[in-house]
Amino acid sequence: MSAPSSGGASRDGYGKALLRLSDDPRVVVLEADLGKSTKSCHFREKFPDRTFSMGIAEQNMMLVAAGMASSGKVPFASTFAVFTERAFEQVRNGIARPGLNVHICGSHGGIHTGSDGSSAQTVEDLSIYRTIPKMTVIHPCDDLSAEELTVQLLDISGPSYMRTARNKVPRMYDDQSKLSLKIGVGSILEEGADVAIIACGVMVELARKASSTLANEGINCTVVDMHTIKPLDTEMISMLAERCGCFVSAEDHSVIGGLGSAISEWISTNKPVPLEMVGVRDRFGESGSTSQLMQEVGLTSESICQAARKSIDRKNSS
Amino acid sequence: MGEPVEDKISELEEMARLCRIDIVKMTHAAKSGHPGGSLSAIDSMVALYGTIMRFETNNPDWEDRDRFVMSKGHASPAMYALLHQMGVLEENDLMTFRTLGSVCQGHVDMNWTDGVDFSAGSLGMGLSFGLGCALSARMDESERRIWVMLGDGETQEGQVWEAVMAANYHNVNNLRVIVDRNRIQNDDFMEVQMEIGDIGNKFHSFGWSVREVDGHNMTELVEAMHWTENTDSGPIAIIANTTKGRGVSFMEDNPEFHGKAPNNEELEIALEELS
Repeated sequence: MSAPSSGGASRDGYGKALLRLSDDPRVVVLEADLGKSTKSCHFREKFPDRTFSMGIAEQNMMLVAAGMASSGKVPFASTFAVFTERAFEQVRNGIARPGLNVHICGSHGGIHTGSDGSSAQTVEDLSIYRTIPKMTVIHPCDDLSAEELTVQLLDISGPSYMRTARNKVPRMYDDQSKLSLKIGVGSILEEGADVAIIACGVMVELARKASSTLANEGINCTVVDMHTIKPLDTEMISMLAERCGCFVSAEDHSVIGGLGSAISEWISTNKPVPLEMVGVRDRFGESGSTSQLMQEVGLTSESICQAARKSIDRKNSS
Repeated sequence: MGEPVEDKISELEEMARLCRIDIVKMTHAAKSGHPGGSLSAIDSMVALYGTIMRFETNNPDWEDRDRFVMSKGHASPAMYALLHQMGVLEENDLMTFRTLGSVCQGHVDMNWTDGVDFSAGSLGMGLSFGLGCALSARMDESERRIWVMLGDGETQEGQVWEAVMAANYHNVNNLRVIVDRNRIQNDDFMEVQMEIGDIGNKFHSFGWSVREVDGHNMTELVEAMHWTENTDSGPIAIIANTTKGRGVSFMEDNPEFHGKAPNNEELEIALEELS
């Protein structure tokens, strides 16, 4: 699986969204020397007076953003996902605790990032930000959904973290279908009654591939793009627990604390049904091509198929 | 100034004395808190609020007020005592310090207390926050100025120097820092733990305007406040050389009273000394 030439990377969507948000004079952009990578550079080009370079100093960037938010601005601060983690306590104490409207974007997250190696391949960001009270956590699957969801951040109250991906993937949405996206509401891409595959980020494409393979075996899958990890759309999870009776989660993230954990936390205490998790199994990544690495850590459509079959078996044998 | 200078100085010294009484009383009532660093910082805070600070008691959320970022947020008793003197907090509020539901949280918190502009408790973050406020004020073409109170021990946090560098790069002329140079941190004297050396020189080398003062000499402090009014090229730091626990003999220069409240007997002695 090489990166497709068409489609877009979710970081491109973030960059476009910032331009769309520029009509609101409260919007300001902060960078930590990675604007070209996170794609905030497009905003900088057009609005240099509203773009603030913080140098390679993420901790300072988070609190400058907090100070701006306390003064009525709506800051969008971006860097690599892993470098936002360097400022985790700043996000926790300086932004989230006072409930300030600061929107953090961490790009180049996940194993999918590829050859830069394990230092950049965050598999814990969704997990750690999910534990912070008042924090919205989003991980879109393509450029169009990233753009739409970023624009909607202006309407939410409190801080957010969005992970975007470095590499292009095929689009899951078009200009029309992206308009139905809403923060906090799962997006059903396929409907089937045998198993519900709940995916986020680059795994949404692989979930659809898996669904197509499973259809040939007579297994009908529901596929959900669960772009918002927190607040989790528990209404949808509840409905799917009734309809399908078993789940598969799929994420380019550790199985500890991410989307699968969030689903598990809810169903285990509300609607106990089988859940199989596809994700990174408590390990770091390494250098390699995206396709090699995804294979290496088990983030493939075949892993999703196997998990689906197992989940259905568990449902039927219970 | 419409009144004789000496009268103004005496008035501020009296205000600082009343704040000191509140500091020892509220930490005694709470049986916890940080009296030492509150007693060292209070004179410069009084000098600021008593002279040039743009602040409206009846409208603490006034958009164009000057901001005060208490980065060394453990010295919250100083902030609350000052807000009591400014008429924002009642004495009853101070006596609930550190108890459930109190407007006087253990560390200053902007969501809990009128007149508090920053949620502190983790050292090293306030100057960055102040820089964000300063950049916003400039964008808004507002006259508001941003004051940040740093502890000297706090300057061991690397983020402080990220912010010092960024403030100069962004050339903000509405950002002012007071460093409470009391030479003691939580565990011991700074020279034992991690001596920072010439703090003023360090700020200066990053392009800041710096003035060093006796942080307990009200005349020097007031002069420094007025000096900042006439300095408009980039950020400003006032290094206030202070004594931790100032005003209470057994707390003075004593690392033990960084984070320890006076007991009943100690309270009596302290109040007598401050009377």
